[in-house]
Amino acid sequence: MSTATTETTPTIVLVGHGMVGQRFLEALAERGLTATHRVVVLCEEPRPAYDRVQLTSYFSGRTPEDLSMTDMAFIERHGIELHVGDPATGIDREARKVTARSGLVLDYDVLVLATGSYPFVPPVPNKDATGCFVYRTIEDLLAIEEYAKTRATTGAVVGGGLLGLEAAGALKGLGLNAHIVEFAPRLMPVQVDEGGGAALLRTIEDMGLAVHTGVGTQEIVVGEDGAVTGMKLSDGSELATDMVVFSAGVRPRDQLARDCGLTVGERGGISVDEQCRTVTDPHVFAIGECALAADGRVYGLVAPGYEQAETAAATIASDEAAFTGADLSTKLKLLGVDVASFGDAHGTAEDCLDVVYSDSRSGLYKKLVIGRDGTLLGGILVGDAEAYGTLRAFTGSVPPVAPEALVLPAGAGAPAQLGPSALPDDAVICSCHNVTKGTIRGAVTEHRCTTVPEVKKCTKAGTGCGSCVKVLGQLVDAELEASGIEVDKGLCGCFAQTREELYEIVLALRITSYQELLDRHGREAARGGDGCEICKPTVGSIIASLAPTIGAAGYVLEGEQAALQDTNDHFLANLQKNGSYSVVPRIPGGEIAPEKLIVIGEIARDFGLYTKITGGQRIDMFGARVEQLPSIWARLVDAGFESGHAYGKSLRTVKSCVGQTWCRYGVQDSVRMAIDLELRYRGLRSPHKLKSAVSGCARECAEAQSKDFGVIATANGWNLYVGGNGGATPRHADLLAQDLSDAELIRLIDRFLMFYIRTADRLERTSTWLERIPGGLDHVRDVVVHDSLGICDELESLMAAHVAHYRDEWAETINDPEKLARFVSFVNAPDTPDPVVAFVPERDQIKPDLPLLSIGLRPAEPLEDVLEGSTQR
Amino acid sequence: MTLAVETTDLKVQLHLDGEWFAVCDLSTLLPGRGVAALLPDGRQVALFRDRNGRLYGIDNRDPFTGAAVLARGLTGTHQGRPFVASPLLKQRFDLESGRCLDDESVRVAAYEVKAS
Ligand code: SRM
Ligand SMILES: Cc1cc2nc3c(=O)[nH]c(=O)nc-3n(C[C@H](O)[C@H](O)[C@H](O)COP(=O)(O)OP(=O)(O)OC[C@H]3O[C@@H](n4cnc5c(N)ncnc54)[C@H](O)[C@@H]3O)c2cc1C
Ligand code: SF4
Ligand code: FES
Repeated sequence: MSTATTETTPTIVLVGHGMVGQRFLEALAERGLTATHRVVVLCEEPRPAYDRVQLTSYFSGRTPEDLSMTDMAFIERHGIELHVGDPATGIDREARKVTARSGLVLDYDVLVLATGSYPFVPPVPNKDATGCFVYRTIEDLLAIEEYAKTRATTGAVVGGGLLGLEAAGALKGLGLNAHIVEFAPRLMPVQVDEGGGAALLRTIEDMGLAVHTGVGTQEIVVGEDGAVTGMKLSDGSELATDMVVFSAGVRPRDQLARDCGLTVGERGGISVDEQCRTVTDPHVFAIGECALAADGRVYGLVAPGYEQAETAAATIASDEAAFTGADLSTKLKLLGVDVASFGDAHGTAEDCLDVVYSDSRSGLYKKLVIGRDGTLLGGILVGDAEAYGTLRAFTGSVPPVAPEALVLPAGAGAPAQLGPSALPDDAVICSCHNVTKGTIRGAVTEHRCTTVPEVKKCTKAGTGCGSCVKVLGQLVDAELEASGIEVDKGLCGCFAQTREELYEIVLALRITSYQELLDRHGREAARGGDGCEICKPTVGSIIASLAPTIGAAGYVLEGEQAALQDTNDHFLANLQKNGSYSVVPRIPGGEIAPEKLIVIGEIARDFGLYTKITGGQRIDMFGARVEQLPSIWARLVDAGFESGHAYGKSLRTVKSCVGQTWCRYGVQDSVRMAIDLELRYRGLRSPHKLKSAVSGCARECAEAQSKDFGVIATANGWNLYVGGNGGATPRHADLLAQDLSDAELIRLIDRFLMFYIRTADRLERTSTWLERIPGGLDHVRDVVVHDSLGICDELESLMAAHVAHYRDEWAETINDPEKLARFVSFVNAPDTPDPVVAFVPERDQIKPDLPLLSIGLRPAEPLEDVLEGSTQR
Repeated sequence: MTLAVETTDLKVQLHLDGEWFAVCDLSTLLPGRGVAALLPDGRQVALFRDRNGRLYGIDNRDPFTGAAVLARGLTGTHQGRPFVASPLLKQRFDLESGRCLDDESVRVAAYEVKAS
């Protein structure tokens, strides 16, 4: 029906199938216009609309197909005629005809231009030389990748704005030395002010990118073959580079419009009114980055473009709508740094005040712009944009707490916990899709959404740039709780019990099988199923902790247990980002004899592994392929090494300081105690990893007070500290007991660890556990020191059983041919290594070939000869 | 010398371009744990068997990181459908359709698998 080209069916022609064009088509369909109109689209690029905003994610593994925004079923269902790879070349407004490159001529009743913009390339000599690129389309990106891989080791980006930083990040991800050349005195001059630029600069330089601000590009220097070799800068210096990516801003693509006499702005952009209709011709609309909006601006962001698409579609449907301007708020994660600006970020309003928090050491910069009456007008956040969602929504109103409280870091003074509950219903939470708090609440209360994904589907909130998802989650939780929906405390979708309850069930009923536990004690709907990635390792860990007591196999790869382990435990090694593994043999207490050091050196050399001293006083060997693990371990075991359980939620290391034996201050033999403790608790599976240290005196060189259980020597024995933590939220350990003898110390640690394993939640370190359990440290002391629950005998005998039954996992594995058969990259080509695991040199060692990960596959070599057991014909 | 016909040695087979491609013995697939297989054109497939014996095959490459590791993830059931969680950054993929459950815009190829 809609394909009929009768005179009675009016025709809408859309020129440009980019992000805004696609949104316009969706808006047409939503308003039923695709049923009443013939809709024809001329698309210049060789593929239909895709997510340009996420372009850079190609380098982290997204394929062009993943980026597509066009559901072909949608196009077909609505009878849209989509001409891919066929740009419009001319418009005859008099005759209302559009001509395409293929020669196709289309009559239109309504013409919509959504031609986007083109990257601006400054007119410097040799700007078109081989090795010069722009960064706008998938094709650009493929060309950059190809060139970077084959011909470049250094790349320079012209322009230090938002896109320039993205492009520089992409070059760095491709393994190049990346430079950024920015004419302005700071990075991202449009979005951030001087202070923000400084914070950004420090962080970006720390990542190894070279930044040159305040200099312009004067000339691209080329070699004899005409390819780029460097660039001349305005300060007289020359920068050697193999490729150049121009990212010096964009310009509206308005040539087509100029050629047919449509009015364009002084600095470009097709002039339109508030309905997005061109000011020249009522039959022609312009939307997206090619349009000069009624407020005199050309918007270079996708959210305003979407609003224009809606406005144009509504106008065509004779509904009332207007685009009068949009918020330029943006939040980006550039090279891993949060950068956000919202509202009147530069404080242009009269009489406004700034509230600034800045910590250049950690790359933090936060500024709020406040009006005289306390109204929040805008702001800039660099380094930590946690508060962006809430702050943006408060813009234009007086926040309920003092503004400085909003930018102080957590922990300083009294950080304001300004939750989204304080927001009014009309506050815009998602600015990409213009969704208010009221709409989101409605999704929960009226449309009965109970999860964030459901609310996303229902309201579209959070499906654009994603920056509002955090606030969205908080709102949904708050709304659910307010509606009296009980927040489920169960471990996961499969079990309604907490980890502690499951531990009690396993222990009391001596359950040794996960399936049995799931089928008898799981939630009704989960019984008979395959569980999930949360409860499997949790139950696997509980069974392993209790193995000798409940009669389960003490070996984590035995039978069903193998299927419960996280990948690291399953391969008894640590998975690295390219699919290779690291190997960490145990070095108890950090003490190692020269002979053993030599063995490690020899193995690392023979297998070509990267070696590094870890933060846990031992040596890590990286870059082992899965099929190499058994031969590496055969040699390690032979030399007397054991698994270091660097992969397990189990005891990691017991660090030591050199202590009384050598140190003039030492009062006890801290090395011996560290070794004893490490050997006693090695292999003990627990809710999270366990770390320990022993210091020989109060100077504390082993940092015992930052450990799950730390020991410090005194003149009379040992002090035991518990609940310490390094990591993201450091916590000093609390003193549990003083002046203990060796035997007392060990007995107390036995009890403490077993009580923790019994009562902690999954992935809860001793520090958080101690803070969470009712009664805190006092309660734990009552239980493990004063035996207030009468369970200490049981705790001790559980530990005794663990110690008595410990066996080295690797020794066991290399003696079991059936288990060893699993250590291959390919079941059908056991001798073939995974081709994605490859390495390049760095500082005399290896590092992963990361660019390879983004392509996935180098051009195929013939594989038939390596494939075994295939019955290919 | 035994002449008994082998009836227990079922092969896991993958549907590729209209043909069945044999990959390994069914017995090498541990329920709840995957294996990776190499295809003649260099692609990699992650194969799984659930506790009820059903077989699944999806592309082995984790689209979020680029590493070929999906076969090494943990499997499970979500709303009655089988999935694997990437061992690297834990995104879950439906084993039947290849769709990512945590990001609608992402999917990996899914293959038809049988044992015979
Ligand atoms: C190798 C090592 C870094 C190094 O090169 O030095 C390292 C590497 C990893 N650490 Fe660590 N940590 C290493 C010492 C530390 C230390 C220092 C220490 O142990 O004294 C800490 C702070 C102390 C602490 O844990 O309280 C540390 C705090 C963390 C944390 C934060 C834990 C927390 O409670 O906040 C994580 C994340 C987690 O476990 O959730 C982590 C996670 C990791 C993981 C497992 C991340 C991952 O999932 O890939 C890294 C993989 C290890 C591997 O071999 O592939 N690593 N990590 C160190 C290995 C020590 C060892 O010999 O076993
Ligand atoms: C790397 C990158 C990162 C970005 N990040 C963000 C971000 O984080 N947030 C944000 O809001 N914005 C971001 N943007 C900007 C955002 O992509 C644009 O605002 C958005 O794509 C504009 O949509 P559009 O449809 O107007 O233009 P486009 O998406 O450029 O689409 C225009 C289309 O029209 C086609 N065309 C041009 N002329 C013709 C013709 N004569 N005939 C047929 N077709 C034609 C073009 O080939 C193009 O496909 C980013 C852009 C890039 C390049
Ligand atoms: S700090 Fe630890 S977890 Fe983070 S990158 Fe370094 S090794 Fe990995
Ligand atoms: S603000 Fe961008 S998705 Fe919500």
